[in-house]
Amino acid sequence: MDLYEHQARELFAEHGILVPQAEVTASAKEAREIARRLGGKVVVKAQVKTGGRGKAGGVKLAADPAATEITARQILGMDIKGHTVHTVMVAQPVDIESEFYVSYVLDRAAGTFLAIASAEGGMDIEEVAATRPEAVARVAIDPAKGVTTAKAALIAEAAGLPPQTVDVLVRLWEVLTREDAVLVEVNPLVRTRQGQILALDGKVTLDDNARFRQTRWGAADVEHTDPLEAEAAAKGLNYVKLDGEVGIIGNGAGLVMSTLDVVAGCGARPANFLDIGGGASAGTMADGLNVILSDPAVRSVFVNVFGGITACDAVADGIVKALDSVRLTKPLVVRLDGNNAERGRAILDAAAHPLIEQATTMDGAARRAADLATATA
Amino acid sequence: MAIYLTKESKVLVQGMTGAEGTKHTRRMIAAGTNVVGGVNPRKAGTSVDFDDRAVPVFGSVADGMRATGADVTVVFVPPAFAKAAVVEAADAGIPLAVVITEGIPVHDSVAFTAYARRKGTRIVGPNCPGLISPGQSNAGIIPADITKQGRIGLVSKSGTLTYQLMYELRDIGFTSCVGIGGDPVIGTTHIDCLEAFENDPETELVVLIGEIGGDAEERAAAHIRDHVSKPVVAYIAGFTAPEGKTMGHAGAIVSGSSGTAQAKKAALEAVGVRVGSTPTETARLVLDRLAADQ
Repeated sequence: MDLYEHQARELFAEHGILVPQAEVTASAKEAREIARRLGGKVVVKAQVKTGGRGKAGGVKLAADPAATEITARQILGMDIKGHTVHTVMVAQPVDIESEFYVSYVLDRAAGTFLAIASAEGGMDIEEVAATRPEAVARVAIDPAKGVTTAKAALIAEAAGLPPQTVDVLVRLWEVLTREDAVLVEVNPLVRTRQGQILALDGKVTLDDNARFRQTRWGAADVEHTDPLEAEAAAKGLNYVKLDGEVGIIGNGAGLVMSTLDVVAGCGARPANFLDIGGGASAGTMADGLNVILSDPAVRSVFVNVFGGITACDAVADGIVKALDSVRLTKPLVVRLDGNNAERGRAILDAAAHPLIEQATTMDGAARRAADLATATA
Repeated sequence: MAIYLTKESKVLVQGMTGAEGTKHTRRMIAAGTNVVGGVNPRKAGTSVDFDDRAVPVFGSVADGMRATGADVTVVFVPPAFAKAAVVEAADAGIPLAVVITEGIPVHDSVAFTAYARRKGTRIVGPNCPGLISPGQSNAGIIPADITKQGRIGLVSKSGTLTYQLMYELRDIGFTSCVGIGGDPVIGTTHIDCLEAFENDPETELVVLIGEIGGDAEERAAAHIRDHVSKPVVAYIAGFTAPEGKTMGHAGAIVSGSSGTAQAKKAALEAVGVRVGSTPTETARLVLDRLAADQ
């Protein structure tokens, strides 16, 4: 889960990293009051979980409280890359002398975290890395040792950062480990003309697998830009909305991803990713069908199940039971293969639902679902 | 032969007394696995009945190894306790730990994979279906009855795609199938398995299944170019996955322009690996290649 900038800022502050004075609001009027409290001149920053806010006009300087209200009104409600701006952060401007970049990211191949640091902050780090790789230091962190003061000094030296940043590097590592983050990034980390080191903007991605021990964040902190994704998440479904017309249900993440690809290869577009997992109970099947059928773009549904641990007759029973509570409005193509596939197919044959057809192969079923979706289009 | 797991393997199950652990221990035994014990510190000294045999429960992995000579452990313990379980197994010096548990925090996986490496314990997983050497032994949750022993090796990030290919190629059969897991940090990689299959005389061809996220497949391609003489056929899932969305597996995410299925396919094809456009076509490529080599 990505955090908003203001949430990242709070975490940094809690771990003793200096941040600018700032407050968050959803109201332009209140933004004006905040500006007054912060001394008049402020920066108004859209709070959205996506990059490129500045370019999109989501970060603006306001000269005084009255201008702050006008600016906040402009930014609130703005759409930035599909994310609606619901809140703004009103922050005291900082007198910047120099800008740096620091982050800890997961190095999947090495199975460790990596410190990335550069004396050229404030810009897109991937761009800096592409054009001037020598300006970006990458230092692997031994998970058994973490970032000690000595290690932080090494990182700072490798990147050409001033010695004052060492303390920030150590504290940022604490944020990463104690908060179960998989990414912490400060860009820019600045030195002010007064000589302070300040985290001006930050990004933190928390590990969803660590929710059980990081209880301060709840489901409410997860932002769903799509109402169907929100509904699916509320039902505990592993669902991602896509822009197509063939609804997809399958068991296992890899098989579902593969199903989307095979449908796309047949000339139709998948409407979603939905993994109902190994169990594939009638309840989960019903929930999944309900979410998919309420997507107005869906014209056919492809249920693709390989019976490995779960036997296909149990899955077929699940489909039949689900139809007690779901009104099927679109054609459903079902492919059952693997354990007890014959028995599963017989159960669906016996149910003889006019909108359900079966196919024995994944490729054949995908073609049929694609044809149904494009024929009715 | 097979890789990592043979009929001689003596298998412990950490978390055997839990619901999932019990269910899958029964299946493993039915598949011929020599399950020599379970581990649960609160139930040491008891035993669990599986059809015709009583499997003893030990208080620790070390106790279980001392009593039985176990050389493999399968970990079913919940995410909050998985790190401690793996560290315990590594401390006991077990050669192979298969971590089935899904939902382990990345910081824990980073810690225990590094720890196990230092102790000389191979980790398969986490968030994986385990591995099977059909006809010999099954360590994990892979269904054993959908394929048979044969001459193909398989390594995969995905469970159900593994089953799909095992089933499609059931007439040829497999030496070993290794589900390495869909998490961003895993103990055993595609490359480790390619190396092991290359050295396994019974394996004639390797099926490699990858998916979006990270660059493990690109690294595997470079390894194949330099070190693998056996034919490799691949399948990659996730061509239609949008950028920035996690597709089921914690590690299955395209970030910016990196981790795309297209890049992985291109890297593999550049080193002469045939990449199927569907699982079924992948199976056909395998059959064609094996027929051509006859």
